[in-house]
Amino acid sequence: MNIYWEGFRTFFKIGCFTLGGGYAMIPLIEEEVVNRKKWLTKEDFLDLMAISQTLPGVFAVNFSIYIGYKLRRLRGSLILALGTILPSFLIILTIAMFFATFADNQIIAAIFKGIRPAIVALIAAPCINLARAAHIKLTNVWLPVFTALAIWIFGVSPIYIIILVAVGGFLYGKLVQPDNK
Amino acid sequence: MIYLQLFIAFFKIGLFGFGGGYAMLSLIQGEVVTAHHWISTSQFTDIVAISQMTPGPIGINSATYVGYAAASNAGFSNGMAILGSAMATFAVVLPSFLLMIFVIKIFHKYHNHPVVNTMLSVLRPTVVGLIAAAALLLMTPENFSTPNESAWQFYISIFLFLVTFLGTQVMHINPIRMICYCGFAGLLLYY
Repeated sequence: MNIYWEGFRTFFKIGCFTLGGGYAMIPLIEEEVVNRKKWLTKEDFLDLMAISQTLPGVFAVNFSIYIGYKLRRLRGSLILALGTILPSFLIILTIAMFFATFADNQIIAAIFKGIRPAIVALIAAPCINLARAAHIKLTNVWLPVFTALAIWIFGVSPIYIIILVAVGGFLYGKLVQPDNK
Repeated sequence: MIYLQLFIAFFKIGLFGFGGGYAMLSLIQGEVVTAHHWISTSQFTDIVAISQMTPGPIGINSATYVGYAAASNAGFSNGMAILGSAMATFAVVLPSFLLMIFVIKIFHKYHNHPVVNTMLSVLRPTVVGLIAAAALLLMTPENFSTPNESAWQFYISIFLFLVTFLGTQVMHINPIRMICYCGFAGLLLYY
């Protein structure tokens, strides 16, 4: 089978089943790409995880770009990324076109009144697990607290905070602990 | 020029969206609700809800939805609104392309470099702060009501918030199922 078509189909399938955000589909991608298609070795896959977590942007798309590039350079990455994006693009576009007419419906409005507080809770909840994974201790707990308050109370754009922290981290790593291996 | 604005806003979101879907939320909200007023806070929460229930990354979903809604609210026809949707989606993934291909070429040289590691060790806790901010920004009267405006809705909202938080964290209930329960509660209590 044509490698472009096979890559597109594989990532279209992954895009269709990415319920609940990027991290949920890591096992799915590993099964397809490492075990079944053998496009990447296990070591490649771990490298790819590191890169995708380091870089900004949508996790699943970063994955498909990397694998596509490994397979067939730029054209491969374009086709695989398109496969990942297309399912959600089509589904959301359909919803966007009809949601306005639904939103005024009394029943839909009542359902969404119940759902909204739940969504806020779902966003707040991962903070606890992630705080553990990010090694937050007494020495660096000011970073997330300062970040959250600056955005919430003072309306600072998150973009400035990310730039500030990245530059601060760079200078700290370069000047304060240059021998740290 | 709405298309150019959409392109710039979502290019920025793609470029600075570190730490995955939830961390991107405060960025997306900053651009589309606070800066450009393309959609309201409650519409934004609805998009997050829809994103949770449909497949696909939140970054793509919100770009697709907001691109359509913004062009449509600006008075463009359906076809032109679909173009806005495609434009925003393209803009949010473009930085990934540029950065990813750049990094593939230099990655093995700088992987595990001490300076890169230090940068990552400060960016990770910051990302937790970004997610917390996204949650705090959504705790608005639009989403929760207020005791004065509608005490009934306010206390139900607080209750559903707590139940969802504990249900997913302590009892490990599937989030999608939790959303369905809350939607059903809303239907029973408000309709």
